[in-house]
Amino acid sequence: MEQLWMGDSALTANEVRDRLAAASAPGRAPATTTVLTVLSRLERKGFVGRSRDTRPHRYSALLSRAEHTAELMHEVLSASSDRDAALARFVGTVSAGEANTLRRLLDDLVRH
Amino acid sequence: MIAAAVALGALALALAWPVPVALSRAEWPVRSPATALVLWQGIALGGGLSMIGALLAFGASPAGSLSGAADALIPVIAAGPIPEGFGVVHLAALTLAVGLAVHLALNLATTAVRAERARRRQHRLIDLLASPASASTGARVLAHPVPAAYCVPGLRTATVITDGLVDLLDDDELRAVVGHERAHLDQLHHLVLLAFRAWHAALPWFPIANRAERSVAMLTEMLADDAPRRRVGVEPLRTALLRVGSSGASAAYSDSPTASAASDERVLERRLARLEADLHPLDPRARSATWLLATAIVAVPVCVLAAIAA
Repeated sequence: MEQLWMGDSALTANEVRDRLAAASAPGRAPATTTVLTVLSRLERKGFVGRSRDTRPHRYSALLSRAEHTAELMHEVLSASSDRDAALARFVGTVSAGEANTLRRLLDDLVRH
Repeated sequence: MIAAAVALGALALALAWPVPVALSRAEWPVRSPATALVLWQGIALGGGLSMIGALLAFGASPAGSLSGAADALIPVIAAGPIPEGFGVVHLAALTLAVGLAVHLALNLATTAVRAERARRRQHRLIDLLASPASASTGARVLAHPVPAAYCVPGLRTATVITDGLVDLLDDDELRAVVGHERAHLDQLHHLVLLAFRAWHAALPWFPIANRAERSVAMLTEMLADDAPRRRVGVEPLRTALLRVGSSGASAAYSDSPTASAASDERVLERRLARLEADLHPLDPRARSATWLLATAIVAVPVCVLAAIAA
């Protein structure tokens, strides 16, 4: 459902349903009310915006997929204690100097 | 009562200062990280119990027992007057004990709630953005050029790697990285870390809490290294650590590059050194003795408090 919401321009719930119906197997298309429920849930979570000047309301993604991913990675990689408590990273934050040392070590290792 | 208070106070002091300092400087925890983790947990739990217990025992000493003190004080808590025998110092000690207990419990609760909220947000974004779990590694893949791997612990778990990591590492190295994250999840490291994070958050001015948290974090990393090391071998894990560390891209994201990055670097250095050294674990007798010690550290304050309860 969310894949389509990554679509081009703002869509109405009916258009979303039509696209979903086209993408899914026959007889498995969701009802417009289902689409509306999901859209309003996504709106509440801040993923989707709704323009209220037209009727029916048009929905659009607030951020592109790449922007969301960048935001997520920023959260994961930034060294803040809050996030550390929630996640475990493979390697923590490493400074440029240390990275150089590691690169040298790696070169040695690969050469042997 | 006074003797119990003094004994608990002495134990609390020992567990608050010399013991954790010695443990964080010791060399053996690197060899048997699991045993060391148990000891750290014993120290934290025993230290908290004996500190609160010492204050309780001293505060309740005029009544002769904890329940006696409760009987004497609770009915007059709002109206007064202060019962015979109790001085201001005793009441202050009791207040401090209750306050400390509540403070620690509240901090644990807020830390847990905040972590849970962050995790739920993570899951929401991962569901939206990451590809489904790949068949070969079982990890979910994010389309992002920075090589990174992490896991989201909790009731619902996720292991996430990025496109950047897939490009950087070969199959064995990827398996080692995912194995490392899986070990974090399987061994419930987040629960251990949560307790120490909460302790540190509750006592930010207390240098030992900081030291304990860092030691514990490092030990969990080493424990998580041991799983893929057995399954995939040392070499892929080492080269994976070196490659991810030396990609250096994560440095650009660091909000506070000072203290945290420095300690992360030290952790990475010690993990690499540990993989290289091929250390022998502690012999079983030393390990059992340490487990016994950890149990005793917790059991002693509990027994003392039980003895003076009635």
